[in-house]
Formats: sequence, structure tokens, C-alpha cells
Amino acid sequence: MKELKIFGIVAIFTLVLYWGVEPFAHSQMHKHVEGHDFVYNGAADIEEAEAAKKEDKVKVKKAFWADVEKISKLKGDVAAGEATFAMCAGCHMEGAVNMGGVVPPPLDHAGSLYEKNYLIALIKDPAMASNVDHKYKDTMTHPMGSIKTMVSEPQDIANVVAYLKAKKAGELTTKEAFTEACARCHAMRYAKTTQLGDTPKFKYKKDELAYKIKVIDEQDLVKAYMGKLPPDLSIIIRARSEHFLETFVENPQSGLPGTSMPRVGLSHEGYEKVKTYLEEIGDPSKPAREELGPKVLLFFIIFTGLAFLWKKSRWKGHH
Amino acid sequence: MAHFEKAKNLNEWLDQRLAVNTLKKVMQTEYWIPKNINFLWAMGMVLAATFGILLVSGIFLLMYYKPDTNLAFDSVNYTIMSEVGYGWLWRHVHGVGASLVFLIIYIHMFTGIYYGSYKKGRELIWLSGMGLFVAFSAEAFSGYMLPWGQMSYWAGMVITNLFSGGSLEAYGLVEWIRGDYVPADAFLTRFFMLHVLLIPVAIIGLIVLHFGTLRIPHVNNQDGEEFDFAEAAELYKAGKVKESKVIPFSPVFLSKDVLVMGVYFILFFYLVFYHFEFAMDPVNFDPADGLKTPAHIYPEWYFLWSYEILRPFSKDLGLIAFAIAQVIFFMLPFLDRSPNVAPASRRGLFKYWFWLMLLDMITLTFMGKLPPTDALFANIGLVAAILFFVLWIALPIITKLEKKL
Repeated sequence: MKELKIFGIVAIFTLVLYWGVEPFAHSQMHKHVEGHDFVYNGAADIEEAEAAKKEDKVKVKKAFWADVEKISKLKGDVAAGEATFAMCAGCHMEGAVNMGGVVPPPLDHAGSLYEKNYLIALIKDPAMASNVDHKYKDTMTHPMGSIKTMVSEPQDIANVVAYLKAKKAGELTTKEAFTEACARCHAMRYAKTTQLGDTPKFKYKKDELAYKIKVIDEQDLVKAYMGKLPPDLSIIIRARSEHFLETFVENPQSGLPGTSMPRVGLSHEGYEKVKTYLEEIGDPSKPAREELGPKVLLFFIIFTGLAFLWKKSRWKGHH
Repeated sequence: MAHFEKAKNLNEWLDQRLAVNTLKKVMQTEYWIPKNINFLWAMGMVLAATFGILLVSGIFLLMYYKPDTNLAFDSVNYTIMSEVGYGWLWRHVHGVGASLVFLIIYIHMFTGIYYGSYKKGRELIWLSGMGLFVAFSAEAFSGYMLPWGQMSYWAGMVITNLFSGGSLEAYGLVEWIRGDYVPADAFLTRFFMLHVLLIPVAIIGLIVLHFGTLRIPHVNNQDGEEFDFAEAAELYKAGKVKESKVIPFSPVFLSKDVLVMGVYFILFFYLVFYHFEFAMDPVNFDPADGLKTPAHIYPEWYFLWSYEILRPFSKDLGLIAFAIAQVIFFMLPFLDRSPNVAPASRRGLFKYWFWLMLLDMITLTFMGKLPPTDALFANIGLVAAILFFVLWIALPIITKLEKKL
């Protein structure tokens, strides 16, 4: 009995110690950011502007997101949207190249990868939608800023989004989700991908080197646009907490105020796909851990049971 | 040449040449341990087992680790974690083991303090144990450098900077330790050498010494009772195991050790499979970058108390306080002036001293990780750091006043 009491004291001190250096310390080190469950209505953007006490910015943001809300209520015409989409396809196409920003991403799964309101906002004003308007004096100068004049009628925007949601919403793999949403900027060296996509295999060293130079050129363009080369995401899943990643992807300004990283507007489903991919590459041992864990624990439980019997037999008659 | 008879079996053959039977008696079956003990007496063997696990897992990791600032990070995080079969298991075992070994060391230390196991003839046990604590600390620090992540780099920067000695500005010494102006390749390779060779060898030597120092004064017991081991041993050998105050190390004491180890291993492997993140700081999964200081730099949990003694004071005072805190526990057998060998609960003021010291070190540990920019936490840290020294100054006085039991 006395031993159990001593064990209880040791266990309590150990748990208190753990609580202090892990959950408590982390709660104090990182400010809490509320998630919005991948709904994009500008609430966070307006709050940020209010917190910064920028009156005119608050007004602009409120008006912008109110317009987005209005457009989302319009009924889009898929066929008309397809016709308008031809304008998008001028840049967002197979073999697209960087024209001063990033390589325009393919939109093959845009309908399922991105949330509806975000797509509307993005066509209306890319810099405002992605919450990086602080980078531009005039959001027209955003690399995709000209879309504002190309597709400006609310009904046209609703049509294009309806088209994307209807025809570009196929099932996509976790890798496709990452490639389309993140890989413009972020390399993933553990998956052998760069800003130019999968790194091919080369027969000759000089071809390999030539490709490397192409990658460096592209990275320099991204660097010039973003201010620094965005980090490789190979093991970001272990370098950041789940909650941080989720709220950061939803709104990068929430975790890193002033960052040049745009909000990419992932839908809940899209984010889950991207996260799964980050896990597959950054934490590939997860399935093996889950498989082996119970067996090892069972072994030690049996081991302890046998040890108890051995101890009992050895100490027999000693007290 | 000595005379050898033809041996009847392998045991006899070995006994003729190596005296294995005598060895077995001396080290196991007639190595007497008091019977009046609890599970805390098993922590020594738990530590030995954990060291064994660290050694074995370390050997496996060593086969794939690359001590080069360009390769280290990916050799750990990619090669070992993705490409090597069960590499992840060895890494998580090594990481969790490195953290748990300190938990058990602290439990082992405070057990010794509580029961007065450092006194009257047992001073060398305490001193060699403290030597092990220092060696394990150095081992932990050097190992923390190896993945070459952000925390490796910046912890290396901060700790080596301490050697500039504050106002002494001994930057030459810092450069000599680093082998460069900043932690770089020379720094990584020398800490690699320390981690995989020199310090482990020192630890093994110290473990042998630590075991050796136990032999003559014998292990303490729950009541600090002094008795004749030879007499008790005779009683035991005569079959009066119930009346005797001792038990043989093997198999009786060992059977209890193994039971405690079993319980410990359940916890150990639960952490390895389901909760390893606590031992592997997320910040260290960002590659080292000398141009990007992390928002918070803090050591692993087991160094936080001494880090918090460094932090709240001015530069020079902090360094002096830190230096004293590192070695003050060595002085325990000499600062405790009481002749009593007894559990703290029976020792008057020392009882309060023990619990205050424990709570103070836990408070320091908490504060050591919190951002010092928060005034409340900074003040609690300062008070706890001052209390730490007040307690050490008070120790000889209150123990001198202690009544002889």
C-alpha cells in the first residue's frame, strides 16, 4: 500500500511537470487563432483591418466581401461560364510559364479544390481575395490583377464559378491537390518535386545540370515575387502543429502577419487532401507505427505479468 | 604457468580460467541488498536498461547518420525516417529514451536526497552519480546538435556563447570551441565525435565507478537503518530469509527490478508509438538557418530549471548563478551537516527543505520555457531562482540545528 502511495506521488509530480513544459508552455508561446472551417466571407480580413485601425481599409474590405456575398447568390450559367473560361485558359494551360509571379496553376480540379466564395472573390480581385492587398498600391498590379477588367460583370463571375464547380470538380489525388494548390511556390524535396513539378530522371549529367539551372531560374522568379524563396514543405507536417497549419493555410496573415503568402482558398475537402499528402511525405511511418504499436505494448504487458509472477515466487517467505 | 585439471564441463572450464563462480557470487548471488526497500530502489537498473536502449538505438542510427551540415538534416529526416527499414522506430526510441532517461535520473536523484543516501560513507556514490548527471547532460546536448535543425543550431549558438564569460568577452574561447565563428561544419563534426565516442565511453566508465562505490557502504534502505550486513547475510544463507534484513541482488532483488522495468517499458513504448512529439521539438524539423532566429529558443525540458537560473539576472550575475547551479548538487553531502541518515519526513526542517527544493525546481522548469517578455512569468522565475540559492545557503544551518535521531 505504501508503495502505491509513493508511486502516486511520483506519478503526480511527473504529470504536473509534463503539463507545465508541454501543453501549458505551448499555450503561452503561441497565440490562439480561431479557425473559420474554410468558409471565406472576409470576417478575418475585416477584423485584421479593424485591429490595425485602418478605417478606409475596413470600409473597402467590407464592401468587397459584401459584393462577393451578393454574387454567390446569383445563379450561374454553366454554358456561358465555359465560354468566359476561355479567357482564363489563356494563362492557366498545360505548359504555362511564369510571367512575373508564379507559374499559373492548372485549374483541372479547381471546382473541388477551392471554395466557391473564394473563387468568386479571386476573379473579382485576386489580391483582396488572397488577403495580400497590403503588397500592392493598386491591386491591378497583382500578376493576375488584370482579371478584374477581363471578367468584371457579377453575372460573368457567377457563370465562370458555376462552370468550375460543375465541370472542373473531379476527384483528385492527394498529390494533385498539393501540386495544384501549393507547388507553384513550395518545393517538396522528399517527394522530388520542385516549383517546376516532378524532377525527371536524366541519362546524362549535363541534362540534369541544365534542368537544375531551369529550376534555379524559376526559383529566382518566385523569390523576386515573394521576397524570399518559400520554404520546402517536405516535413512541415512535423514542424508545425495541426491547428497552426489549418488556420495558416486558411489565412496566412493570421499566423504570420505581413507575409507575402497568399490565401489559396482551399475548400475543406481540398485542405484534407493537401494535409494527407503532407503527411504521406513528411510522416510516412504513421501506418507502420499504428500497426506495430499495439503488438509491442501487448508484449510488454505480458512481460510485466510474467515478471510479477517471477517476483512473487522469488519473494515468497521473505516477509 | 599454473596447474590446470581437465574440466568436466564448460562452467568448470571457465571457472578455472576466469573464476566465474566467484564472480557470480561477488556480483550477484552474494551481493547483499537491504530488504526494506520500495520500487524507487529499482531506478538504478531502470537507468542502466535505458542507457542500454539508447546505446543500441544509437548504434543503428549511426549507420545512416551523416555528420555534415549539408547532409545531416536529410539523413535524419529523410534517409532514416523514410528509406531505412524501421529507421523511424530507432529514431523515436532514441528520442523518447533521451528524454525519459532524465526523468528517471531526476527521480533517482531526489530518491537519494529524500532518504539521505549520500551521507556517511556514501559520499562517493553521490559524487559519481553527479558525474553521471553531468556526462548525460553533455551527451544530451551534443546529441541535440546532430539533426542540424533550427533548435540544434540556435541551442549550439546560445550554449557555446556562454563560454565568452559575459563581461570577460572571451570570444577566442568560443571560437576555439566552435572551430569557427558560428556553429558550422567543424562544430557539428566535433560534437558528433563527442556524442558517439568520447562521452559514451566516459559514461560507461562512470557507471562502473558508480556501481563500485556502492559495494562497501552498501545500498541504503527506507529507514536509513545501519546494520551488520555480514551477520544478516549469514542469517540469509542459513535459510532464515524471513528474519534476515538482506536479500541477494540476484535473483531476489533483480526479480523486483524486472517487474518495475516491465511497467516502465509499457510507458516507454506507449510514448514511442503514440506520443513521441513531446521529445522531438517541432522547431527542430525546420533546417538550421543562421539568418532566421526562432521566436523562442529554449532547451529541452530537463535543462529548463538551470536555464531559468541563468535568465532572470543581469549578464554576469546570471552566468555566475548558472555556473554555481551546475555544480552545487555535488556539494550536497558536505553542506548537509546533520549526522542523521533517515527519510526527510523524520528530519525536522529538512523535510520542508526537500519539498521546497523540489517545488522550486519544478517552478523554475515551468518558467524556463515561457516567454520572458511576460512580466508575471519573469518575476516568478526571478523569485524561484533566488529561492534556489536561499535554500542552498540555508541547508548547512538547518541541518546543523537538526536533532540527532
